[in-house]
Amino acid sequence: MLKRGLIGLLALVVITAGAFWLLSAPQRLDAAALPAEGSGDAARGERLFWAGGCVSCHAPSSAKGDDRLKLTGGDPLVTDFGTFHAPNISPDPKDGIGAWSLADFANAMQRGVDPEGRHLYPAFPYTSYAHMRPGDIADLFAYLKTLPPVGGRAPDNELAFPFNIRRGLGLWKRAFMDGPGPIAALPADASSAVKAGQYLVEGPGHCGQCHTPRTLAGAGGLDLTHWLGGAPNPEGKGRVPNITPGGSEISAWSQSDIVEYLTSGFTPEFDSVGGAMVEVQQNLARLPDEDRTAIAAYLKAIAPVSD
Amino acid sequence: MPASRSRFLVAALAVACSFAPALAQNLDAISARQQLMKDNGRAAKTAAQMIKGDVAYDPAKADEVFATLHETAVKFGDYFPEDSKTGGKTEAAPAIWDKPDAFKAALAKFQSDTEAAMAKKPQDVDAFKQAFGMVAQNCKGCHQDFRVER
Repeated sequence: MLKRGLIGLLALVVITAGAFWLLSAPQRLDAAALPAEGSGDAARGERLFWAGGCVSCHAPSSAKGDDRLKLTGGDPLVTDFGTFHAPNISPDPKDGIGAWSLADFANAMQRGVDPEGRHLYPAFPYTSYAHMRPGDIADLFAYLKTLPPVGGRAPDNELAFPFNIRRGLGLWKRAFMDGPGPIAALPADASSAVKAGQYLVEGPGHCGQCHTPRTLAGAGGLDLTHWLGGAPNPEGKGRVPNITPGGSEISAWSQSDIVEYLTSGFTPEFDSVGGAMVEVQQNLARLPDEDRTAIAAYLKAIAPVSD
Repeated sequence: MPASRSRFLVAALAVACSFAPALAQNLDAISARQQLMKDNGRAAKTAAQMIKGDVAYDPAKADEVFATLHETAVKFGDYFPEDSKTGGKTEAAPAIWDKPDAFKAALAKFQSDTEAAMAKKPQDVDAFKQAFGMVAQNCKGCHQDFRVER
C-alpha cells in the first residue's frame, strides 16, 4: 500500500516536472518571417535607439558624452524582486552582442529569449518591443553594430527565490506576454499622428512598463484596464504618474504642453522633470519634433483613467 | 507592586520621548523650501516667456531671474532638518539625508552656475537663452536624484 502510494507520488512529480518543462519552453519567432540578415539601416535605427532609451539601462549613469554610447551595462536596477544588472549590448564579440545574428537579436527583443535559448527577465521590456515592426528591429540592430565594442560583463542578477528560476519565466510569458496588435482602442478616424504616437508609446518607447500598474502585486503583466493610468514606482518610493486624459497629473495640459515637456523637461507650471523620467525625457529630446508631437497626440487620444 | 509599575511608566515615558522628535514634523521648514521652489518656477516662467518672444526681452528682468534663482540656491539647503523628512506633501527624497555630500554638491553647482549667469549680464535674448539653459540643467539634475513624485 505504502509502496503504491510512493509510486503514485513519484509519477505525479514526474508528470508535473514534465508539464512545467514543456509549458516553460522558450517560444522563438518564426524564422521565415524575419528580415534578411544585414538588411537594417543604421541611420533609421538611431531614431529607434533614442525612442527606446537603451542607454538608460545599458550604460552607467555616470558616463557622459560619447561614453554614453559604450553599452557595457548600466546601474543596478533595484526592485522588490531583487537587483537586475542590464547586460553588455555593445558589439563586443565576446562580452556583448557582436557575434549575434539578426535572428538572435530579434528573439531577444521580441520574445525575451537569448541565443542560448534562456529566458530573459522582463525588466528588459520585450513585452513592449514585441509590438515593433520587424524592419525596425533590423534597423536598430544595424545601429547598435556601429557603436564602440567594449569588453566586460555585467554582474549576475541577484534575485530571491522563486524569481531566480529562469525557466519559470516561460510560464510568466504564457500568462502575460502581450498579444499581437495595438493596446489602446483608438477611434477609427484617429489621425496619422495619433497612430504614429501609438506605435512609439506602445512599442519602442515602452511607456506602459512604468506608467501602467501590474497585476499580481507587481509581479504580473500590465493591467490594460488601467493603461498608462499611473503605478507605484518600481524602483522605490513614490508613484509614476497617470498620463491619461483622466488623471490629475497632465489632463489639463494641452498637446503642445506635452511636447514642450518632452522637449525641454519643463511642465506648464515651470516645474521640471524628475526621477527616472529625466533620462527618458533627455532621450526623447533627441527625436525629431514630429515624434514628440505624435506621442502627445496619442496621449490626448487614449481612454481616460481616473486616479 | 507600585515600584515596578512606576518603573514601567518611567520606561514607557522615556521610550515615548525618544520617539517624539522623529514623529514631529517640521512643517515650517517644508513650507519654506516649497515656497523657494515656487519662486524658482515663477522666475523660470519669466525666462521662458522672454526666450519664446511672448514678452519683450528686458535685461533688468533677466538680472532678476538669475538673482531669484541664485537666492534659492543659497538658501535652499538650510531647510532640510532631520525632522522634515515627511509631512506637508513634501516631495523631498530620502537621498537628501542618505547622501548629504551629493546633495550639497548639487546645491554648490546650482550656486556657482547661477552666480556665473548673473555675472554675464546678458544684453540680448540669445545670450540670455544660453545662460539660462546652463542654469536650467540644474533643475532636472537635482530632481532626478533628490525628489520623489507623490
